[in-house]
Amino acid sequence: MVTMSNQVPLVDYLVLGDTPHLEANECTACGARFFDHRSACASCSGVSFKKVSIPTEGFVRTFSLVSMAAPGIDVPFAAAVVECGGTSIRANVVNTPVDPEHVTIGMKVRLATFPIGKDSEGTEAIGFGFEPLEVK
Amino acid sequence: MSEAVWILGINMTKFGKHPDKDAAGLATDAVLAALVDGGVTMKDMGVMAAGNLMGGGGIGQVIQKQVGQTGIPVYNVANACATGATALRTVIMAIKAGECDMGLAVGVEMIAGAGLLAGGSRGADSDTWVPSGRYGAVTSVDGRIGTETMPGVFAQIGQEYGYAHNVDASFELFARISEKNHAHSVLNPLASYQKRFTLEQIMGDMMIAYPNTRPMCSANCDGAAAAVVVSDAKLKTLSAEQRRRAVKISASILTSDPWEEACQILPNVNTLTRNAANQAYEQAGVGPSDLDLVELHDCFATAELVHYDNLMLCEPGGAVDFFNSGATWRDGSTPVNVSGGLESKGHPIAATGIANVWEICHHLRGEAGDRQIQGAKVGMTHVIGLGSACGIHILEKSAA
Ligand SMILES: [Zn+2]
Repeated sequence: MVTMSNQVPLVDYLVLGDTPHLEANECTACGARFFDHRSACASCSGVSFKKVSIPTEGFVRTFSLVSMAAPGIDVPFAAAVVECGGTSIRANVVNTPVDPEHVTIGMKVRLATFPIGKDSEGTEAIGFGFEPLEVK
Repeated sequence: MSEAVWILGINMTKFGKHPDKDAAGLATDAVLAALVDGGVTMKDMGVMAAGNLMGGGGIGQVIQKQVGQTGIPVYNVANACATGATALRTVIMAIKAGECDMGLAVGVEMIAGAGLLAGGSRGADSDTWVPSGRYGAVTSVDGRIGTETMPGVFAQIGQEYGYAHNVDASFELFARISEKNHAHSVLNPLASYQKRFTLEQIMGDMMIAYPNTRPMCSANCDGAAAAVVVSDAKLKTLSAEQRRRAVKISASILTSDPWEEACQILPNVNTLTRNAANQAYEQAGVGPSDLDLVELHDCFATAELVHYDNLMLCEPGGAVDFFNSGATWRDGSTPVNVSGGLESKGHPIAATGIANVWEICHHLRGEAGDRQIQGAKVGMTHVIGLGSACGIHILEKSAA
């Protein structure tokens, strides 16, 4: 219990706990899904939303291996769009070498969480990415 | 159908480094030259629209202080990389609305030597994790949750084309697109580069965001471009020489990105371009096969490929075969970016959407010298500003 209370997710659409997963705001009128705080729907202008859990397995629809980024960002990393159960997610592909042999379009992946650091009060932030389902 | 509107005068500066000038000074060079090109003066202008994306706004009045404070309305516009096209379209709309019969559009940027644009900073991690912003993020997410850098975003856009259409959009293919545009700019004295690269040089250069290496990214440079727009009725009162050199704006379109699944995950530059192209072809009464040349928004080599399809220059899903056929080289059936494009001519952001119109006008007037596309009668310009905005203009040679 102590460890749990000492963790915060990197973003609030990452739900921690026994079964970490992502959560979207789904428009109750048209079903459009969003990961950010919403006042209204970009698809139908509706104003009613419900929380939905996103499946934790999917595939890489596209990616780039980023070698140049702002100071302080570790490179290279694999930026990707991952599709899980029809919902697209922006995420890095992690736990695999960052090269075009190991990161490929269509590869099957699953959600992975990992610590990204502690703040001055000892609280640990937890990030997420997607790792290969099968090791190449 | 409303009356035609025409480009009367137009100019672009050399794209490259202008350390001796400020933005207003460089813009002034383009404005004065565009006025001379059109045979008119600031006193003839009834409206002005100006863009300078990285400069913080208000550039129009600053330029007026150099070229003529005649008291006309100024619209300072910003629309990401579509800023220049938006300035031009603003003037076109004012003339079509009958507010005036002549106007001036200008765009300028001073970004020679600039590094990565957008996603360019990660602040120091805060002392305590406090969720903030629309995603409740406790710290910066760039690089932790995908990338905000333009080369990385457009790399994903190009790679997705391969997935969506089940075609082989390979690193080498994208590098060959860059090879074409760098080969083209050798004939353009106003281009930033003017240097031919071999395929091996392009693929072996510094990797920015796979599959985009450095020469496959748009060249950051200083540059300005300006255009004088005139109504049909006013043009009829001008000299035979002015009428002969005037270029007809057969279509002027601006669109934004309609909502689709995934569009807030990775910007969708396809649908708004396709929508703009459809509207432009309809407005101009021409089709893709009528285009003698196209200047499209190759901010990265990965972007040029998808726009072959979005602008309907090829069959749906056929962009790879279309490029491999040689169609988009300057001696092909649909020459694309004979100026060198953003990768080689350069991309001074707010100037780009007027400079590409200058390139087309140059060919339609038969004044493009060594790189003239012979007999050019119809051309298209296209820009994308991420966020997103798409500007398309179709231009036609004067019948006079
Ligand atoms: Zn909705």
